[in-house]
Amino acid sequence: MTGLTDLTIAEAAAGLAKRDFSAVELAQAHIAAVAAARALNAFIVETAEGALVAASEADSRCLAGRARGALDGVPVAIKDLFCTEGVQTTAGSRILKGFVPPYESTVTANLKRAGAVSVGKTNLDEFAMGSANITSAFGPVKNPWGLGSGRDLVPGGSSGGSAAAVAAGLCLGATGTDTGGSIRQPASFCGIVGLKPTYGRCSRWGIVAFASSLDQAGPMTRTVQDAGLMLSAMAGHDPKDSTSAPMACPDFAAAAAQPARGLRIGIPKEYRLDGMPAEIDALWRTAETWFRDQGCEVVEVSLPHTQYALPTYYIIAPAEASSNLARYDGVRYGLRVPGETLDEMYRNTRAEGFGAEVRRRILIGTYVLSAGYYDAYYLKAQQVRALIARDFTDAFGQVDVILAPTAPSPAFAIGEKMDDPIAMYLNDVFTVPASLAGLPAMSVPAGLSAGGLPLGLQVIGRAFDEETVIRAGAAIERAAAFDTRPSRVGRR
Amino acid sequence: MSLTRDQVRAIAFLARIRVRDDELDPLAKDISGILHWVEQLNEVKTEGVEPMTSVAALTLPMRADVVNDGGIRDAVLRNAPEPMDGFYTVPKVME
Repeated sequence: MTGLTDLTIAEAAAGLAKRDFSAVELAQAHIAAVAAARALNAFIVETAEGALVAASEADSRCLAGRARGALDGVPVAIKDLFCTEGVQTTAGSRILKGFVPPYESTVTANLKRAGAVSVGKTNLDEFAMGSANITSAFGPVKNPWGLGSGRDLVPGGSSGGSAAAVAAGLCLGATGTDTGGSIRQPASFCGIVGLKPTYGRCSRWGIVAFASSLDQAGPMTRTVQDAGLMLSAMAGHDPKDSTSAPMACPDFAAAAAQPARGLRIGIPKEYRLDGMPAEIDALWRTAETWFRDQGCEVVEVSLPHTQYALPTYYIIAPAEASSNLARYDGVRYGLRVPGETLDEMYRNTRAEGFGAEVRRRILIGTYVLSAGYYDAYYLKAQQVRALIARDFTDAFGQVDVILAPTAPSPAFAIGEKMDDPIAMYLNDVFTVPASLAGLPAMSVPAGLSAGGLPLGLQVIGRAFDEETVIRAGAAIERAAAFDTRPSRVGRR
Repeated sequence: MSLTRDQVRAIAFLARIRVRDDELDPLAKDISGILHWVEQLNEVKTEGVEPMTSVAALTLPMRADVVNDGGIRDAVLRNAPEPMDGFYTVPKVME
């Protein structure tokens, strides 16, 4: 059954339709893979029982000729930031340990309706705040790449459990969320595809909120086409999210089959940072030739405010987080640590419930929003954010997509960069600008570092033009022919 | 902006997070470092720039002002730490 965990979503859908195998067999193969890979710590909760029930229902639909499309019967994993009815949802935090939502997030409800079979809830940085999956209250996730070399690597973050699960063959696709790079950076570190859609494409309803003006859900898969298939099942207008876009979704996956010929590709000169590893710079330049060879025009563009994106993000995101996380007070759900007074109960609960990075960001956010400092920090950041968004609008007057590295390094070892928050924040230097501008962006595995670790390249597109992002991403995928997989965990 | 221990204590109170005395100095150092770093935004000319509150270029939709949910008290209380008689409970707030 080993072959079943190597399939793409498109192949699995074809195999199920032809009855080469059943959804139950597919689910069983992945449940076994999940169990054999517990050393990765990719899952907080495994849902084998529910997966088998859902798979059996998918088989019945298939036999009756009522299959619901490409995701029907396909094993997926759900980042533990999506509320799932009756299944513990923690956001990787001690403060939500044991929380069992009485409702289902819109995105996971959409996936269920499409027939997707969830094998479990994946580990993540606490409240999605992190770039290495080391802030989870449930312990770090190990990257399947480099496992067994004696030096465990981070999978990136915050969707690190999802990225590790997809790379290790524990599911065919997984949901992630991306606030400043949390889908794209782990996708790059784990050698998979990660797509952050346009802000508003996927409903945020039922997703534990981090920074509401930035948070966006998206698919993490092994191919660009699969990302399109999974996005189609996740996306769509939802009246329960006032920022959800009332727009019809195109056939995202079909865009992966369109030739890239004629596309204008922009290379933002400000992304060529001093001190960027030569191998990442070289891969980026190689990709320019891939596009030229496929009939595209490659031109330099300028995004002049790029260097201000990270500091802007580290005002806006903590400010929104400090507001969103005010709800965790020990009264209505989650952890309660007793105190003599109401204030003391709040303070004790939040001190013990939140980890160090979350506490730090809440404090920063509280400070930049406090009286006397609001204009100097928060308002200023919102103004710079407008300039960053304008940079992109100007660039998209000249080009169809922007090509850049996803991250400034390959995966690093667990334990590195832990003492210096700013060094950790720099992981997101290439991903944060598109987040601030709300634009769709995709990381596609494009090559290996000298140390044999995956490196991703990022395609950024115009708002609500995921199709062109997918089309360009597929061009990278074809040229890179990246088919190297980490040695699968639990197999010899 | 470098924060003092007292400022950190005040922010932590606003955020309702208990901070031990021995945590104040390391937090002041970390947060001051991050604030120094974000202050590079002062280099950017932003006079007359409209602050961006949302990337969604949408007018917020209106909906009918009607009750569309409810009657699920038990489900709502199921995750409460110490519910009693159909209510949430908190420490005594009035003498």
